[in-house]
Amino acid sequence: MKQLLLGNEAVARGLYEAGVRVVSSYPGTPSTEITEAAAKFEEIYCEWAPNEKVAAEVAAGASIAGARSFCAMKHVGLNVAADLLYTISYTGVNGGMVIAVADDPGMHSSQNEQDSRHHAIASKVPMLEPSNSAECCSFTKLAYSLSEEYDTPVIIRLSTRISHSCSIVDTQDREQIDLKPYIKQPSKYVVLPAFARAKHPLVEERTKKLSQWAENCDINHMEDNHAKIGVIVSGAAYQYAKEALGDTVSYLKLGMVHPLPVDLIRNFANMVETVYVIEELDPIIETHCTQIGVKVIGKELFPICGELSQKLIKKLMLDQEDEVLSLDEPTPVRPPVMCCGCPHRGVFYELKKANVFVSGDIGCYTLGASAPLNAMDTCLCMGGSVSGLHGFNKARGAEGEKKSVAVIGDSTFMHSGITGLIDITYNKSNSVVIILDNSTTGMTGHQENPTTGKNIYNEPAAAVDLEALCKAVGVRRVTVVDPFNLKQVRTVLKEELAAEEPSVIIARRPCALLKTVKHNSPLFINPEKCVGCRACLGIGCPAISMKNNKAVIDDTQCVGCDVCVGLCGAKAIGKQEVVS
Amino acid sequence: MKQNVKSVVIVGVGGQGTLLASRVLGAAMLNQGYDVKMSEVHGMSQRGGSVVTYVRYGDNVYSPVIEQGEADVILAFELLEAGRYLPWLKKSGIIIANTQQIDPMPVITGAASYPEHLEKQIADKGAHLLAFDALKLAQQAGSVKAVNVVLLGAMAKQLDIDKQVCLDTIKATVPAKFIEMNEKAFVLGYNS
Repeated sequence: MKQLLLGNEAVARGLYEAGVRVVSSYPGTPSTEITEAAAKFEEIYCEWAPNEKVAAEVAAGASIAGARSFCAMKHVGLNVAADLLYTISYTGVNGGMVIAVADDPGMHSSQNEQDSRHHAIASKVPMLEPSNSAECCSFTKLAYSLSEEYDTPVIIRLSTRISHSCSIVDTQDREQIDLKPYIKQPSKYVVLPAFARAKHPLVEERTKKLSQWAENCDINHMEDNHAKIGVIVSGAAYQYAKEALGDTVSYLKLGMVHPLPVDLIRNFANMVETVYVIEELDPIIETHCTQIGVKVIGKELFPICGELSQKLIKKLMLDQEDEVLSLDEPTPVRPPVMCCGCPHRGVFYELKKANVFVSGDIGCYTLGASAPLNAMDTCLCMGGSVSGLHGFNKARGAEGEKKSVAVIGDSTFMHSGITGLIDITYNKSNSVVIILDNSTTGMTGHQENPTTGKNIYNEPAAAVDLEALCKAVGVRRVTVVDPFNLKQVRTVLKEELAAEEPSVIIARRPCALLKTVKHNSPLFINPEKCVGCRACLGIGCPAISMKNNKAVIDDTQCVGCDVCVGLCGAKAIGKQEVVS
Repeated sequence: MKQNVKSVVIVGVGGQGTLLASRVLGAAMLNQGYDVKMSEVHGMSQRGGSVVTYVRYGDNVYSPVIEQGEADVILAFELLEAGRYLPWLKKSGIIIANTQQIDPMPVITGAASYPEHLEKQIADKGAHLLAFDALKLAQQAGSVKAVNVVLLGAMAKQLDIDKQVCLDTIKATVPAKFIEMNEKAFVLGYNS
């Protein structure tokens, strides 16, 4: 049946058709929808793990048990799961195991632009790269055959434009794959040095065999258009190249990006006069070509940074640029903002007023760094806020401790914040950690997590008790505040900064976008009372703006959270019947 | 390059419901036997930021993205976003725009001002602009949240998309108690 599927949905379809039984992932844009879509197939067990390392380990355990297994993550998630990846490359699999990793060229929703192909090369694990949804499905199925035939995990590399674009997939039935028998084999699954030493040469041998496979496989193929120019390309770049250059060049489209073929590339190069390598991010294919003595034009022409596109290819290769319409004045930017009724807003407003160093983390609340709140000093990686604050305070001592906090969301705290908190108590710094508990994994589209009391199927599940957890690792001062109550936030923040021991403040209120959250009627600003002082704009709410020197509230956006009410000295903000 | 491929850019402010319009358009074109590709942006930019979705359909579509100078149609859910994406329009293309204005944060904080007379500015550049107040029509239908369905109606009319396919997709997408209101919104947009 022909269906229009997101690349991510097509990977999930591939999992279903390949007879996969166990899926464990941590959400991360642009990979999240794979696991959400897989959870809709009742034949596949799915779960949200606390982080990518756990997810990959669960998939490894399921594979050893004999099931076809899977985990998905964004590019930086593979750094977290790398510990498992580099070793399961040695042990190999029982049931097929596939990891999908979604890169984010252009950093639409990411903190860096790393190229996951480096992980495939370094871990010596084969990597396939689809270029549309149909390939997302078929390559996923192929990955399981390769995994079992070559006794290796296989990585599927996606990118934002593949994961988040829809195209047509001709879906098929699920293949019935039985659980393989589990046989105890310590020499395979226990990586004692003596066993692992014996494994390494086998891994090298496997890569050689896979290189041979890459020479003749269907997913690496030439499109000979009898042209003078040849283009070597993979993934989204293939679609851009076809759009820009059509049949005027010949193509070598690579579906397997590690290991790369040698003779196939040499033969292709011999067919044409000039070879271009069009690849997003780092020069991986280009470097390989150079190593095997094939002269190519690559990063000397195409950028390493950002996404490629048909327009860029036309401009750089054909020197073609269309004239475009544009307004005379630049349009003001519209950056993402915290939503109306967002529980994070009030905390950042108070942090700004307290003028403290804010060690930030990854999530919606990273938007606290933007104007007008400007209340974040750092944001590096998942969980880094907590351990980073400990280091900051160890460097600056008491003077730092009295003027610094970490902020971290509930899901991120579960992911890797708790280990940092253990470091704070164990190695004692008087650090203040604020857990912004909005009862969901917000930025990636509202997934459940171990603190929410629900699993991926929205079934009741054990909920981590954050207060008890923090106390259990040695934090004696744990306080819960309502982030809509600015006075309470201010008072508790002051007390905890003054305390002579580590403390945790839990700012607890569910995300305003959750369906279970009931909103109040919109607020109103009485224009006769408003003095135009702009104090209410300091909270950075998208519903409040100035019209004719008076503040106004957009009643299509306001959800009546009341956080702005206390900011108005003129008492002009409130329910219409109250302030009129 | 591909003459028979139509490129539609749908722009708005995160939270306005632009995804529904692109999903309906994609489903309708698949039904009519076209090759279809769509590109969406999830994650960070959905939080009240400027959002864009690309829909392309025709005999054979390669790239899922639409670049400056390539759009046959721009459907803008907000006026400033119509102006921002004007460079994406082909010379022969049309812009269907909601005249609703939503201030971005730099305007709210006073760091920038909302451009004046945007409709005139866009039309003066030679673009074929169809601007109307979709918010008012949504209110007429019963909810300001139905702006996306009003705009979907206007787009369906311009692109000659089968009305019934759209109504069926709306039915399948929105909760039962909102179906009647959304159908009303669609018809108001279609006849606007």
